[in-house]
Amino acid sequence: MAQINTGTAAPVLEVDNVTKTFPGVVANDNVSLTLNEGEIHCLLGENGAGKSTLVNMVFGLYQPDKGTIRVHGKETRFTDSGDAIAKGIGMVHQHFQLIPVFTVTENIILGNEITKGTLLDFNTARRQVLAIAERYGLAVDPDATVGDLSVGEQQRVELVKALFRDANILILDEPTAVLTPGEVDDFFSVVRNLTQQGKSIIFITHKLREVLAVADRITVLRSGKVVGNTTAKRATQQSLANLMVGRDVVFRVEKTTTNTSTTALQTRGLRVQDNRGVQAVTDLDLEVRTREILGIAGVEGNGQRELVEAICGMRPPNGGTVQMLGHETTAWSPRRIKQLGVAHIPENRSKHGVVAQYSIADNLVLNRYTHNKFSKRGVLNRSAINTEAVALIEQFDVRATGVTAALDTLSGGNQQKVVVARELSGNPQILVVAQPTRGLDVGSIEFIHRKIIELRDRGVAVLLVSAELDEIMALSDRIGVLYRGRLAAIVDAADTTREKLGLLMATGSTTHPPQAQQ
Amino acid sequence: MTTFEQAASLARLHERVRLDRGTITGLLFGLLGVTLIAGVAPTIDSTTRQFNFERPPDPAGIRFHPPTWIITIGVLYLLTAALSLGSPAAQRWARLTRVLSALSFIPLTLVLSLALSDNAGTNVVNLLGQSLVLATPLALGATTGLWSERSGIINIGIEGTMLTSAGVGYMIYALLGNANSAFWLWFSIVIAILAGGLVAALHAVLSIRFEVNQIVSGVVINLFALGLTGFLRSEVIFKTGNTSGVSTSDIGLPLLSSIPVVGTQLFSGGPIYWMMYLVVFGTWLVMFRTPWGLRVRSCGENPHAAETLGINVLRIRYQSVILGGFIAGLGGAWFSMESQAGFDNNMTNAAGFIALAALIFGKWTPWGAFSGALLFGFSRALGTRLQFLGVEVSGFEIPSEFFQSLPFVVTLVVVAGAVGQSIPPAAAGQPFHRSK
Repeated sequence: MAQINTGTAAPVLEVDNVTKTFPGVVANDNVSLTLNEGEIHCLLGENGAGKSTLVNMVFGLYQPDKGTIRVHGKETRFTDSGDAIAKGIGMVHQHFQLIPVFTVTENIILGNEITKGTLLDFNTARRQVLAIAERYGLAVDPDATVGDLSVGEQQRVELVKALFRDANILILDEPTAVLTPGEVDDFFSVVRNLTQQGKSIIFITHKLREVLAVADRITVLRSGKVVGNTTAKRATQQSLANLMVGRDVVFRVEKTTTNTSTTALQTRGLRVQDNRGVQAVTDLDLEVRTREILGIAGVEGNGQRELVEAICGMRPPNGGTVQMLGHETTAWSPRRIKQLGVAHIPENRSKHGVVAQYSIADNLVLNRYTHNKFSKRGVLNRSAINTEAVALIEQFDVRATGVTAALDTLSGGNQQKVVVARELSGNPQILVVAQPTRGLDVGSIEFIHRKIIELRDRGVAVLLVSAELDEIMALSDRIGVLYRGRLAAIVDAADTTREKLGLLMATGSTTHPPQAQQ
Repeated sequence: MTTFEQAASLARLHERVRLDRGTITGLLFGLLGVTLIAGVAPTIDSTTRQFNFERPPDPAGIRFHPPTWIITIGVLYLLTAALSLGSPAAQRWARLTRVLSALSFIPLTLVLSLALSDNAGTNVVNLLGQSLVLATPLALGATTGLWSERSGIINIGIEGTMLTSAGVGYMIYALLGNANSAFWLWFSIVIAILAGGLVAALHAVLSIRFEVNQIVSGVVINLFALGLTGFLRSEVIFKTGNTSGVSTSDIGLPLLSSIPVVGTQLFSGGPIYWMMYLVVFGTWLVMFRTPWGLRVRSCGENPHAAETLGINVLRIRYQSVILGGFIAGLGGAWFSMESQAGFDNNMTNAAGFIALAALIFGKWTPWGAFSGALLFGFSRALGTRLQFLGVEVSGFEIPSEFFQSLPFVVTLVVVAGAVGQSIPPAAAGQPFHRSK
């Protein structure tokens, strides 16, 4: 169907001076955007810049207050996403809109069911799903239950779902935030394949490397306004970052070398099992000294989560010991470990980091509410808690309307800052931090990185677990690579390379060439 | 050893022996098996008894010797225990024997009860027939809950919905003068169905439009139904003078119902009883084989996903809850116009709550819920039967209240112990807000 027209054809989508206001915020202020056929248009901006609001209007979930949206040159007003779907617009949301207990086919046909008489026709549906999957190179098993699929597979289901509805305009909301580096590369080739077949794509992200790798044109949003229009050829990481944040961004984390001294955290022969009873961490000897950041690199699922949970008392090990600050803490409760002076910024923020329905202030004292300062004889001292919260959100640059608002009214980056603020304010001696900047924008990443370095310089021992190799390399003094639950190597950050670490992560050794995955 | 050391060694033992559901169940069966073989079998009255297939005086049936059966079942329990505590390789067989052991509670109860009473036999075909009949309101109630909860609205007001329908339906029948006419009887049944829809609509408006906590709304409906039907009974039904009438007449399946012995018991029943099967089958068909059913299920699992696909979540929820209400209305009509023609206060007698347990037992599936209804229907029938047998233990007759409580004990044991994890629809109970 699609012939590739370059340049001359009318844009498939035009957003013209659109404004959308929510109580207290102008989310989009006279925003304009055009999308040409067969192009990848990146929408770049920090969290809260208004990217999601803009695309939700294009997809019919929100209605603009002012301005017009034209699809294929015709002005349209959508009352719900069904209208947008009918106009050939498809969206893959950042948080997948899938039903875990349904099969892939059921998820794909939901809302556009194929029937024979009045009954669902699963056979025809399956065939169509497979045909789309094959045509666009999106391998999916139509009979698998979605809840059993990996994140990358679920994303493919979302894409097939949009294509099943004959979407010509695809909106991808932060599609790479949830993918591992290898999956990101696969994803890019899928996206390029889609545009070659005539699909036009709006790609939302805040990862600059990806923008430059995949975009044709780039629109940068800041505080609800368009602050830049450029192409990938003309832009650099630095120029885009400056546009996004509105000031010069320092990519290299300033870091002085320090002298480490005593051991603060030590594991000896640590063995930990995962939820299914599989040995996730095997005989691990690890040592983190004061005034040092030990980075743990590794492809996700090589025991990082279990290691962190065992150290923080959330998962009893099935062998070995953990020693922290001169105590053997192997069987201690999380609270006792916290009281010893161990701060923990968990990987899964919504599950272990915050209580989303609580206020910002309550979340900020979750680790210290029993202190005399915040409660007496079992009664909370509201005014002390709020005073503390006001000071912390100021100090940690949390963008919030007030400290009594529920935490889930904040963007992801600001929620993470709340966790960081809470964990760092208890004057910890040890910081255990996992994936501290996942899904965050450049400004927040820079801020959190600075805070972690600051802490190290004060003499805190930091164990940093991250799947972002850049982050590990930027922050760590020493780097350990976890491979299948064992420590493949420990190297000095100063004399290693991205390539060497990548090889260790993929194969567990630097001597073997990378092998194909089984 | 000091207390502390004892505690420490116990803790270590606990670490070594993983006390999962299988192990605990195995241990319990082991204990039961030993008790049956060593304690019960030697002391029980060993006179031969009989499971009858027909009514007295000279019924056909299976004759049996109670101690033999008790020892056989005891050996099964010991085997289950051994397999459950055995090596990981034995666990596949252990699961099978645990299911067999659980099922053997039924013959065990019957054998024990007969042996402890003066009766020479009891009619088991009749017992099965009664179980099916008593399962009718439970299956209908469970289907009500299924429609509601699969769409995302928790419904604990099934009991109240059925009671209201039973009361209102019979009131209409009484007002029409118990004309003994099939037409007016069916007219009243239709009114009962509509009344069920109306009560469900109230629950839907409260939970969807006003976002009242769905449990609270359900409780309110249950209390409201008690008061309303009590009032209707004393102020309307009694004043018509028609406190009882003619109920629906049984329909026998052609050919099958004329099979000797089992035919009339198993293949004959009232129209609402037969409609129950249609409702369960229809629910399965619509919920799992039609577009609308797929959408209902999506609203109960992830309404936001449904919304992004252009589905009107709130409308689907209203439709589904009210459809459930109609089914509960049919269940209510069973009480006051099929099981008997008349209305008593609280005549649904917690069937709506047991229906919820059947729903959970069936893991929110139509046929699962139906099996749950059969199980609880059987335990109700058995409870009634055991009252008549007059079971005695060392000279004391076991009070009838004990047997009346049997369905609830079975509910507890089954839901807590045998079913395992039963996961409700993910979005059940959560109000849905449209994006703006």
